Amino acid sequence: MMNHKYDNRKYLIGFLAILVVFVYIVRLFQLQVLDKGYRESADNNALLYRTIYPMRGAIRDRNGKLIVSNQPSYDIMVTMRSVQNLDTLSLCSLLGITKSEFDARMAEIRDPRRNPGYSRYTRQPFMFQLSASEISSLKQELYRFPGFEIENRTIRRYEYEAGAHMLGDLGEVSKKDIEDDSYYEKGDFIGKQGVEKYYEKELRGEKGVEVLLRDARGRIQGSYRNGELDREAVPGADIELGVDIELQQLGEMLMQNKIGSIVAIEPSTGEILCMVSSPSFKPSELTGRHRGENYNRLAAQFDKPLFNRTIQGTYPPGSTFKTAQALTLLQENIIDENTLYPCHNGFIFGRLKVGCHSHSSPISLVPAIATSCNGYFCWGYYHMIGANKYGSPQKAMTVWKDYMVDMGFGYRLGVDLPGESRGMIPNADYYDRHYRRSWNGLTTISNAIGQGEVTLTPLQIANLGATIANRGYYIVPHVLKSGQFAKDSLYMERHYVNVDTCYYNLVVKGMRQSVIDGTCHAANTPDYLVCGKTGTAENKGKDHSVFMGFAPMYNPQIAIAVYVENGGFGAVYGVPIGALMIEQYINGGLSEESQRKALEMSQREIYYGESKR
Amino acid sequence: MVNRNADIIRNIDWATVALVAAVMICGWFSVVGSSSESFSTDLLSFSTRPGKQLVWMLCAVVLSALVMSITQLFYNSYSYIIYVAFMILLLATIFLAHEHKGSRSWLDLGPVSLQPAEFAKFATALALAKFTDKYSFNSQNFSDIVKAAGLILIPMSLIVMQNETGSALVYLAFVFVLFREGLTGLVLYLGAMAVVIFIVALKYADVPVGQMPFNVGKFVVLLIISLLVPAQCWVMQHDRKTSLSLLYVTAAVTAVGMLFSGFIIPFDVTYLQVVLIVTISLWLVFHSFKAIARKYLVVAGISVLGVVYLFSVDYVFNDILQDHQRSRINVILGLEDDPKAAGYNVNQSMIAIGSGGFAGKGFMEGTQTRLKYVPEQDTDFIFCTVGEEQGFLGSSFVLLLYLALILRLLFLAERQPSVFGRVYGYSVLCILLFHVFVNVGMVLGITPVIGIPLPFFSYGGSSLWGFTILLSIFLRIDAERLASY
Repeated sequence: MMNHKYDNRKYLIGFLAILVVFVYIVRLFQLQVLDKGYRESADNNALLYRTIYPMRGAIRDRNGKLIVSNQPSYDIMVTMRSVQNLDTLSLCSLLGITKSEFDARMAEIRDPRRNPGYSRYTRQPFMFQLSASEISSLKQELYRFPGFEIENRTIRRYEYEAGAHMLGDLGEVSKKDIEDDSYYEKGDFIGKQGVEKYYEKELRGEKGVEVLLRDARGRIQGSYRNGELDREAVPGADIELGVDIELQQLGEMLMQNKIGSIVAIEPSTGEILCMVSSPSFKPSELTGRHRGENYNRLAAQFDKPLFNRTIQGTYPPGSTFKTAQALTLLQENIIDENTLYPCHNGFIFGRLKVGCHSHSSPISLVPAIATSCNGYFCWGYYHMIGANKYGSPQKAMTVWKDYMVDMGFGYRLGVDLPGESRGMIPNADYYDRHYRRSWNGLTTISNAIGQGEVTLTPLQIANLGATIANRGYYIVPHVLKSGQFAKDSLYMERHYVNVDTCYYNLVVKGMRQSVIDGTCHAANTPDYLVCGKTGTAENKGKDHSVFMGFAPMYNPQIAIAVYVENGGFGAVYGVPIGALMIEQYINGGLSEESQRKALEMSQREIYYGESKR
Repeated sequence: MVNRNADIIRNIDWATVALVAAVMICGWFSVVGSSSESFSTDLLSFSTRPGKQLVWMLCAVVLSALVMSITQLFYNSYSYIIYVAFMILLLATIFLAHEHKGSRSWLDLGPVSLQPAEFAKFATALALAKFTDKYSFNSQNFSDIVKAAGLILIPMSLIVMQNETGSALVYLAFVFVLFREGLTGLVLYLGAMAVVIFIVALKYADVPVGQMPFNVGKFVVLLIISLLVPAQCWVMQHDRKTSLSLLYVTAAVTAVGMLFSGFIIPFDVTYLQVVLIVTISLWLVFHSFKAIARKYLVVAGISVLGVVYLFSVDYVFNDILQDHQRSRINVILGLEDDPKAAGYNVNQSMIAIGSGGFAGKGFMEGTQTRLKYVPEQDTDFIFCTVGEEQGFLGSSFVLLLYLALILRLLFLAERQPSVFGRVYGYSVLCILLFHVFVNVGMVLGITPVIGIPLPFFSYGGSSLWGFTILLSIFLRIDAERLASY
């Protein structure tokens, strides 16, 4: 019958049941409430974040002509986890690659050192930027290769093969790009140079995302929460440049077979009308799959076609610099319009001689500019540095340097392109260090004629032309057409140089005289009044041929600097190229005569040897 | 008759019925939540799993009514016949069943497949209840215990032969039933010891002790065994002096051995421990005759058995267990970490539960379960669905429902006037507890992966009906408790 001896054991069994449930609830608390990592693991399993790439903004010229647009391209992506029963050989043949290339690429993707953040579960880029024709055969048979997908992307399309340096290019983001801006992910493209880099944020738009559900076998099961978390891509902004693409094309043609630069600026706005750096290359060469090899080839070339000489090259400005000297001397009352200086084939002071060509002597300012008299400007500079009113050559030098800086030399102008150089304007400290404080105007006399320590970028020379054209102010030169983005207020403000307009008028008079019967005679035309100044810059090799000018004299539309390395006298290359560019811009085209001249000029070749420059 | 039936209905424990109904409804919603069909497709259609489960549930209600309409006298009188019939069915299943995932436990019956092992539980419970109910049964009688064990071991062996080790292990729950009836606590003690030794010996088998030439697992197990000797002497014989001196000797010998091995000559201290335990055991045998304290014999026996067991664990683990079983144990012990293979299920189920957070992702919003990252997400691993979609709140609620049900059954079992009713009631609650313990434990990564369903919750007709019959018989017995005596 009933035995009650062991009745207490019911408590033990009840206790066991309570213990089990208690322990499990504690465990649940630990897994669900304390440990936050599981949510992420579950999301990593099931949620697939697919990026929707926005259309990059197009680039147009000042007349609304489309320069850069987009064309479709295709990336092949691979998700390692989903790859199974891969028929490697047929995939390789469809892609036109070899088995060993395939293996190398797969190994590269899997290598955590070369591909940090690699995961078997996420899509990895396998091949980039294939064209529609390259992808067509694979597209048909893609179902045979689970784990491989084709992703639609776009690459740049160039309507004109011109302006490569200014436009810049797109390349895959570097590790540093990703670290600097979390917007980017591996495999994204980013502006590497030029406008593409400087206006990257405006052009790129905003990536969108689509959150998809992926089941345990890697199949997509539709969108997560009915697309609640999806975000549409925002296309990039179109931008308009100040450049005149036809002027740019002409400039590139004229500079063929020569090394040098042409920069043209609209003086009233500071918009850069063209920016030619020669030698150049086709912008399309740095797009698509062959970007890397083309880049390497260009980088290895002795004449450095990738180097944007217009803003990165620093050169002695030669005689174009005399205009800046004239303005400084006038403002400082060292000279006036009627001051006469002697020049008998040069500036001679004791054993020091700066040569000049033959012309009448003594000479006043306007003819001195027109004939590009070295003697005149050496005397003026000598008198300024030695003038009593400053107290010492150091103090005089500082005043002189401040004028130069005020005119936009010695520092970066602030153009809206990456990589600008500042050039060089020496100051008193510089000479104190080099000459142990014992120096004077004679020691540094070459500054007077734009030689010696002074170097400018072609952009700074063109900006000098624009300042003179404006009779005393400039707007920081920029490639973007003014007034498009909030951040370009810098490109709207006038920077007034601390020199009176009346002195500018004198310099303009000299530059006009130079075209009428001086060194720039070849640029003279009855159609409009051209003002100009040649330069013949001495250097280790043959002289550089320089021209700086603007036109028309009243209400100027274009200021220009032409710099042809080792081209000899300014009148040989600088003046004719400048004249043709001015004609193209002001008349909207070239006369038949000029077309012939342009063709001839484009065929003229300067031999530079083969050594690296 | 009419009157009596009305009494029966009134006397049915409706609290239990309500708890089971609640569990079943939670279960059905979890089956819906884990199915990959969208809610819009017809859930009542028989072509979907939620639809089928609904049909199984309705059948279970009918089945329950049928079972409860039969008087307990029938079950009482025909216990052995029912038992024998089911043993024959289990045996036949081995030969008749088609192989399914390596096991031969499913019988095809037209539109449905049934697993006889699920139904053998109530037959075994009936037989055990009947056996312990007889007047001559004495839980202290060795031959009675052996006979009772036989009743349990027969279905266990047959189910193991069907290659359903998991389902066979459920029959271990009957040990607790016998314990309630007076089976010596030594059995539970030894069982618990066996599990602890097994886990410690395996988990720390490859961890060396400093620079010494033996491993932590063996050392700790032997230390436990040697320290338990004085403890057992104290508990069993209340001999304070002997217990304390044994404790001092053990501690001193082990400490000296460790110091010698650590600082002078490294040697395998476990040999010393074995020698110590055997020496003490021999002394206890000698002492038991001298002091006429026979319990010391038991202590000596346990200690020597423990040592033998320790040395056979390796053998059992490496040579008797099958690959997948070994692998599951390794994963639980944290010795094997391969989230792709053996650990995949557990890993994914823990991700599912953990990702549910406090309040859950919401009904039918579980990505882990609905996108099939968790395998068997509506059968053995259905608790994941609760964890993921209903979070800590929902899964705790389900566990508390089970606790309430089990404690209610404990209360009902204790109020039975007959041993038959009490033993049967304990069988029901112990089986339920065992299922919940193993099933939820496996999903939480606490117990090894043993494929047994969550009672009244997992998708599937066999287990639902098996539990329905098991419980319904008890409710009938309980309803008649006042009438029959």
